[in-house]
Amino acid sequence: MKFKLLLTSTAVSAAMFATAANAGELTIVSWGGAYTVSQTEAYYKPWMAATGHKINSVDDANPATPIKAQVEAGNVSIDVADIEYSDAVRYCDEGLLEEIDASVLPAAPDGTPAVDDFIEGAITDCAVANIVWSTVFAYDASKISGDAPSSLADFYDTEKFPGKRGMRKSAKANLEMALIADGVAPEDVYATLETDEGVAQALAKMGSIKDDIVWWEAGAQAPQLLADGEVAMTTAYNGRIFGAAVGEGKPFEIVWDGQILDFDLYAIPKGAPNKELAMEFIKFATSTEPLAAQASWISYGPARASSSALVGKYKDGETDMAPHMPTAPDNMKTALVNNFEFWADRQDELDEQFSAWLLSN
Amino acid sequence: MSAIDIEQNNQVLTAADGTPLRTALARATRRAKWRAFGLVLPLLLFVIVTFAVPIGQMLVNSFHNTAFSDNMPTLSAYLSENDISGVPDEAAFEALVTDLRLARENKTIGKVATRMNYEFSGSRSQFTGAARKAKKLEPPYKEALIKLDKDWEDPLLWNIMKRAANPVGASFYLAALDMEYDETGSIVRVPEKSRVYVPLFIRTLLLSGLIAGICLILAFPVAHLLATLPLRYSNLLMIFVLLPFWTSLLVRTTSWITLLQSQGVFNDLLVASGVINDDGRFQLMYNQAGTIIAMTHILLPFMVLPMYSVMKTIPPTYVRAARSLGASSWTAFWKVYFPQTIPGIGAGILLVFILAVGYYITPALVGGSSGQLISNEIARHMLSSLNWSLAAALGSVLLFIIILLYWLYDRLIGIDNMKLG
Repeated sequence: MKFKLLLTSTAVSAAMFATAANAGELTIVSWGGAYTVSQTEAYYKPWMAATGHKINSVDDANPATPIKAQVEAGNVSIDVADIEYSDAVRYCDEGLLEEIDASVLPAAPDGTPAVDDFIEGAITDCAVANIVWSTVFAYDASKISGDAPSSLADFYDTEKFPGKRGMRKSAKANLEMALIADGVAPEDVYATLETDEGVAQALAKMGSIKDDIVWWEAGAQAPQLLADGEVAMTTAYNGRIFGAAVGEGKPFEIVWDGQILDFDLYAIPKGAPNKELAMEFIKFATSTEPLAAQASWISYGPARASSSALVGKYKDGETDMAPHMPTAPDNMKTALVNNFEFWADRQDELDEQFSAWLLSN
Repeated sequence: MSAIDIEQNNQVLTAADGTPLRTALARATRRAKWRAFGLVLPLLLFVIVTFAVPIGQMLVNSFHNTAFSDNMPTLSAYLSENDISGVPDEAAFEALVTDLRLARENKTIGKVATRMNYEFSGSRSQFTGAARKAKKLEPPYKEALIKLDKDWEDPLLWNIMKRAANPVGASFYLAALDMEYDETGSIVRVPEKSRVYVPLFIRTLLLSGLIAGICLILAFPVAHLLATLPLRYSNLLMIFVLLPFWTSLLVRTTSWITLLQSQGVFNDLLVASGVINDDGRFQLMYNQAGTIIAMTHILLPFMVLPMYSVMKTIPPTYVRAARSLGASSWTAFWKVYFPQTIPGIGAGILLVFILAVGYYITPALVGGSSGQLISNEIARHMLSSLNWSLAAALGSVLLFIIILLYWLYDRLIGIDNMKLG
């Protein structure tokens, strides 16, 4: 006998979504805050205007999380989710995502087929990338006198730079940054993390400032903690800091040393209520123009070469976007590209160790 | 019919239609009972469908997990039929490879790997990796698999697989109590650095007790004031007590963040008034202090209201009589007034304590890492790690502790003494 969880409340919400489906409504889950705003302006609004369909935008601290829960409970309400690379690979392996046929993606304006136009690795079996983003750390320049922090080692140096540190409440990116701060070369980070000693080393490094860490979960919390003065420095998604600094005039500075690059990809959960419509949306959103348009709202790099050429100025009409992109040559010197295979395989167990570490004293 | 007639006829009483009165009465009350039952039936069905059944199914998850047995059928059958100890021989490895190929094809290897990873850390990649290469593996499979990953000849792994082949087991309860099976199959505590849940249960109970205690101290004078003031003042005061009830929990919690964070209103005032200097700001948010302060505030009305309703019924003349008979004001309070408030105190403490034990939004927002409660871990396993079996086991343990405490309360104070209003 197979026991299936019956959650009546979710059944009711599924029924509600089912009626909405007839009206041509897509449910898209993304990361909230400035990022969702950029997608709303660059993808959602033009698509709704062009097709007449409606988009129901939902925010989550990590849009991959509800996918797994919904597919396993056999009750999917999400049509499209914006997820990280390792999750896209892992979930595809686990059969939680619909497969995507890359050949239907639109070609670049000059006729280059999509598969050649996208950056290498940006199209996987189950997902299509829209942006390149990175985890960086940032500080409030108005609060720092004297030397400015310039490396991840400074982030961990609470004597030289007193004050709390904000970090995302997850193992991913934190472990890598801790190792780099501890003197491991970026190219050796994942080889070190493969071993139990490497993980212990990273956790020990984080443990050296554990009492000073303030944890954030939603991407918008990081600039908020910095703006409140609750932390002196915080790790953050680079676009969020850019939005607060350039968009809202906050005196925030990004330190690019040891930034960790990752893709965000669009994927369709297995059994999504509006699969075809979801694919139509992805085809539109990841075409050249919308990808380029998004870059004028937030400093994330488009995943298509043809879009990169079109990236110009920020929505204020003054700021050049190019130097703020994580992929700008100056910012890339010590960058680490997220090893999605490593995280696809090890995320569950490292998350487990991370939370045990978090709760231990 | 007169009494004399009954005596004369020596008959049973009958109703107007001739049926015996006893039967008619029974029929009438039965009808009334059915009508009453019909009235509560909608609520009963609602509670069963939305409460009892889902909770029951969730709790079943805590000892019943089919992720391995359903997706590795051949190996599961082999393991339950053959009594193996330690690392088995080629036949078991052949069944394993058959199932790995099947799981790879059905894309269910993720479920199997996740299930095994709960108990054998690091086995996730071992399973997914083996499944990826299973198609190309050649017999003898035992050597081939061990060549891929030497963990395949770990007897502990095979013990775990043998237990996982049976969907019913206690391993999630062991995990919830920071215990596990060792190589020989006996139950041991997990290594010290992984002991998470038992300390968290203890922390949850201690903090909940502390919060109930603080609520009691804060609420007693307020409830007394409410009960003794003239009505027009007490009604106004009552609104202040109830006002937080009408505000969203989330709003109240984030307000505390604004007030108490290190650059917040409270610390700014102290710095401005010179009580502390700028470096000495109090850390009242994102730690245990934050959890205690915010939860005390949120749960305070649950303490005030039952105490108020009990104090309202205590006639002021009792204390006056005690005083006129020569009792000091303390004796009159302690010997006459206080004992009469105990039913309200009991109800308030029980309410606040039980609510606090299950709280998770507030600790998640303001608790940092030292102020997390067991419910946060249950929520994490429900929502993000998706280890529903462990979440269910943790939930059952919590439920058991609450029932135990309730039973203790009943034995020591008596549940009949409790008054909610």
